[in-house]
Amino acid sequence: MSRLGFMWANLFRRPVRTWLTLVSVLIAFLLFVLLRTVSHAFSEGGGFGEPGIDRLVVSPKYSIIDPLPISALQQIAGVDGVLAVTHADWFGGVYQDRANFFPKYPVEPIPHFEMYSEYLIDPQQLEAFANTRTGAVAPAAMAAKYGWKVGDKIPIEGDIWAKKDGSRNWEFDLVGTYAAPEDLQQPAVFLLNHAYFDEAREVGEGTVGWFTVRIADTGRAAEIANAIDALFTNSLNPTRTITEAEQARQFMQQIGDIELMMTGILAAVFFTILLLTGNTMAQALRERVPELAVLKTIGFSDGAVAALVLGEALLLCAVGALLGTAAAFGAAAVIGPGLEEAIGVFEINGVTVASALGVSALLGLVRLSIVDALPER
Amino acid sequence: MAVVSCKGVEKTFIKGKESVEVLAGISLEIEAGDFLALMGPSGSGKTTLLNLIGGLDHPSAGSVVVGGQSLAEMSARQLAKWRAANVGFIFQFYNLLPVLSAQRNVELPLLLTALSSKQRQANAAAALQIVGLADRARHKPGELSGGQQQRVAIARAIVADPGLLVCDEPTGDLDRETADEILKLLETLNGEYGKTIIMVTHDPKAAEHAAQVLRMDKGLLVEDAA
Repeated sequence: MSRLGFMWANLFRRPVRTWLTLVSVLIAFLLFVLLRTVSHAFSEGGGFGEPGIDRLVVSPKYSIIDPLPISALQQIAGVDGVLAVTHADWFGGVYQDRANFFPKYPVEPIPHFEMYSEYLIDPQQLEAFANTRTGAVAPAAMAAKYGWKVGDKIPIEGDIWAKKDGSRNWEFDLVGTYAAPEDLQQPAVFLLNHAYFDEAREVGEGTVGWFTVRIADTGRAAEIANAIDALFTNSLNPTRTITEAEQARQFMQQIGDIELMMTGILAAVFFTILLLTGNTMAQALRERVPELAVLKTIGFSDGAVAALVLGEALLLCAVGALLGTAAAFGAAAVIGPGLEEAIGVFEINGVTVASALGVSALLGLVRLSIVDALPER
Repeated sequence: MAVVSCKGVEKTFIKGKESVEVLAGISLEIEAGDFLALMGPSGSGKTTLLNLIGGLDHPSAGSVVVGGQSLAEMSARQLAKWRAANVGFIFQFYNLLPVLSAQRNVELPLLLTALSSKQRQANAAAALQIVGLADRARHKPGELSGGQQQRVAIARAIVADPGLLVCDEPTGDLDRETADEILKLLETLNGEYGKTIIMVTHDPKAAEHAAQVLRMDKGLLVEDAA
């Protein structure tokens, strides 16, 4: 029997109590890992494409619903340090049911895939996309999810954009699929041909939602962004240029201060767990005062006895944290794909796991100090 | 050669505003390999003296020297280390840990040593063999009779091979027959294994197994009844 074995045996002196405590700790850490992962997805701007370090996004300064004139593209392209410019827009729209949410962007097919060169698309399908007015390409995973095949017609009900004939029934021909290399975050945006969208829509012709700019020197990003914004400062359409990563983060933050909400929920969970398990541990220790005296009699020092008791608290929290983290990985595998459509990346990362283990140690220490503080122990 | 030497040992406890003198200047010497019974009425100071000799407490005055070491000068930490190596304790109510098997209860003091896991297991098995409970090694205390539990407690007391065993009413919770078995086991440990044994008891029959009997009353040794 090792000291660890001794601590383990002591934990199971009342198996029901220990299992209940373990389950409560497990649930706390399951929530911790999942909520931290959600929070991380929001703080990182979601996973709608891997933000390129050499890409800037030029958006309307005051509101994302303000349009920008497409003519601005030439002006932006002329700014020193800009290598390429393309544009996109927010289409909105509903595919069959509002629950089937996925972003849909009207884009310039070839410039878009030149801008996002990390994405993989069959050259013939890209050509078809460029040459088909009603063409669209979907992420391969999205096509698989909805059972789409190249050649299918994809009906989208326009909730923002109506057509010139007043109809809101848009129909696109799926001409291809695209994906990211396996080591990158997979795309989640349904792309349609801007030329057709611009021509067919009822209002807004000649405008775009935002421009994406590739720059030559990432060290000059702030300078180039300022130069672009300076072009439009006194125009009807002032702009705000930021990096792609920052834009994605700000987009997700429109939902609210997710970090604060998640932290609040987690604080409430752990405070409750502390009260419940602290009380349980106090009971367990009170029952064992005579046994602790026996340990001291046979030669365990005060420090050794304290280490055993502390070890039990840490062991219970560590096991709960490990099981909770493992359960979170299982839960993420089940709910992750659904969540990724709404918030982008939903992957439990190493930092979150390390945080969980750190919190488990902290929880063990705090629980023990609660017990220490109890009188008449 | 005296393994235990007490000189002018006094012990006073403070209870509220009162001080209670439990030991009033005890002096005695116990030879290595002795089997001593301490008798006396309740409150006479037997257990207090036993606790001082076992290094569980410090005297208020006087000196307690065991195995050539003065216990009064040791810190609590040093005393704990000293107890682990030099003294085995046997209690009236066995004080085994209910969550551990007999084998693991016996192994417990060895967690304080540098022995390997295998060596600890081997030593615990040997101790259980000596007390005649090798076949009950996997049983938990709740699955053993009172006599068997006391044998496990004795195995725990001897597993680290201390020279001194201090026993506080070791047969106080047992029937006559079982008590005799335990006392014979103590005699064996004294006679065959050379353990020095100090036993507090109220039971004259138990005291008969000791080589020497000391009586206490009101914190003093009153007579040597050997």
